[in-house]
Amino acid sequence: MTGRKQDNPWRTPMIVLVLLLAAQFVLPAYHHGNLTRIMVFAVFAIGYNLAFGYAGLLSLGHAMFFAAGLYGAGMSAHFLGFSMPLAFLFGGLCGLVLALAVGLVALRTRGVSFMIVTLMFSQVGFLTILYFNEFTRGDEGFVLAQEIRQLRFGETVLSLTDPTLRYNLALGLFAASYLLGVALLRSPIGRVLVALRENESRVQMLGYNTFGYRLLALSISGALSGLSGAAYALLFAYVGATFAATQYSIYPLLWVLLGGVGTALGPLIGTGLMFYLVDFASEITSSYLIVVGVVLVLLVIVFPKGVIGTLQEKWRGLRS
Amino acid sequence: MSLLQTHLLQTRGLSRHFGGVQAVREVDFELPAGEIRAVIGPNGAGKTTLVSMISGRIRPSAGRIRFKGVDITGLRNWQRARRGIVYTFQITSVFQNLSCHDNVALALQRKRMTGLSGRVHLDADALRGEAEMALDRVGLAARLDERAANLPYGHQRLLELAMGLALAPELLIMDEPTQGLSESEILAFCDLIRRIARETTVLLIEHNMAVVMALAGRITVMNEGAILAEGTPAEIAANIDVQHAYLGT
Repeated sequence: MTGRKQDNPWRTPMIVLVLLLAAQFVLPAYHHGNLTRIMVFAVFAIGYNLAFGYAGLLSLGHAMFFAAGLYGAGMSAHFLGFSMPLAFLFGGLCGLVLALAVGLVALRTRGVSFMIVTLMFSQVGFLTILYFNEFTRGDEGFVLAQEIRQLRFGETVLSLTDPTLRYNLALGLFAASYLLGVALLRSPIGRVLVALRENESRVQMLGYNTFGYRLLALSISGALSGLSGAAYALLFAYVGATFAATQYSIYPLLWVLLGGVGTALGPLIGTGLMFYLVDFASEITSSYLIVVGVVLVLLVIVFPKGVIGTLQEKWRGLRS
Repeated sequence: MSLLQTHLLQTRGLSRHFGGVQAVREVDFELPAGEIRAVIGPNGAGKTTLVSMISGRIRPSAGRIRFKGVDITGLRNWQRARRGIVYTFQITSVFQNLSCHDNVALALQRKRMTGLSGRVHLDADALRGEAEMALDRVGLAARLDERAANLPYGHQRLLELAMGLALAPELLIMDEPTQGLSESEILAFCDLIRRIARETTVLLIEHNMAVVMALAGRITVMNEGAILAEGTPAEIAANIDVQHAYLGT
């Protein structure tokens, strides 16, 4: 009993990543492009899951972290001439710093108050973007010029307009985030975060500064959301205020709920399902959100703990 | 001699009111190291409020708390836990979705988490060994990989205690530890507390008078937020005021 070996935690991630790597050779161009977007958004979902799924922080303002990365990368490349890798990292840094600053204030609240405070902060972010319309182009947004969307390695110049390059960059970012999520969940920090979600005062009585841990979770979450936003700006060349609006705070919550809260693979599955659901429904009808809504309700009934969460539970039930 | 004698724990004028209700009023409480002290009293006497202020879960409205000669009144609950004041909950609050191992590992790993590398990676085997030892102290070693939610209630209470012990407390505060346990479980529990008390000072709130009489070296009786009497079990049993407070004349 005591010597029981746990399953190798890296097996599933490796299978998933190999499948994603292989998928680009078989997928038609349309789905190839979709999957690129899904992987970029899945990084946003992984970031959200770190805060919500691991540490129990239900934020309604994550659009601000995504937008911080989107604008941080987009504007630094557009106005300051940052190279692509630098702009990307700068976007992630913007997400991190914003999350740290917001966290210092918002994490003093719990539950519903936390939801409202993050929603408000996010709204401030959105309105700020609109206010500085001159630079941000507000709702209309701006497009990054093709000339600057290039990776230079000495003589070699790679253009980010190349779908294969975009796919593999998105895959690289996704893989890093996914593995970080798995590693974090299994680390001592991860154990504290999960315990925090269950019973914060108990964790305090074990001698942990829980505020520090919640701030850490939110900061990593903000950084990943920022990196996702930065990748979106640079890979798809568009920067706009829509991504700072409330709906982009709700999306990651839906993706994570749909895929499985607190699971490592859930964010990708949820993001993918939602993406294709919208895609499929909007082909049939212009009022596609009705279809999306109905399907979401059905999915929640069939998979109450998200697709991955429920499957995991069934699988555990079968084995024991 | 009395000047040299240092108490492990000492409160001075400790008070707490909730709105207009004075839950604890100017309590001077002293606890020497090595004792098993029981706090008893009718419902609403302020027992839980008192120990909550000692453990840092509630802030006092007035008064000071000293632990090992140091004023800890301003410290947060997690800082007090690090100094050796450990509180086990009245309502069992083990982490239901974690295994017994992970529950105890949470208590154990904090001391190992030094520097960044310690936060990211710990020696899992060493931690597992320690967790097994901690569970063994309460007789749960065989349940190492079991999910806490699957344990019967009595075992969950033991797990809660194992988590407390894993912190190597100097002062172990227990709020109604035997509540909801069966007769046989209570007997085993008393044995366990006696063994624990060889290394740790124990402060317990308890309603079960048989347990109190069997375990406590001294008893503190609270009534209406103040200390009514203090003494050995025999003295308390004979105390007329205590009988009044309990029976209501």
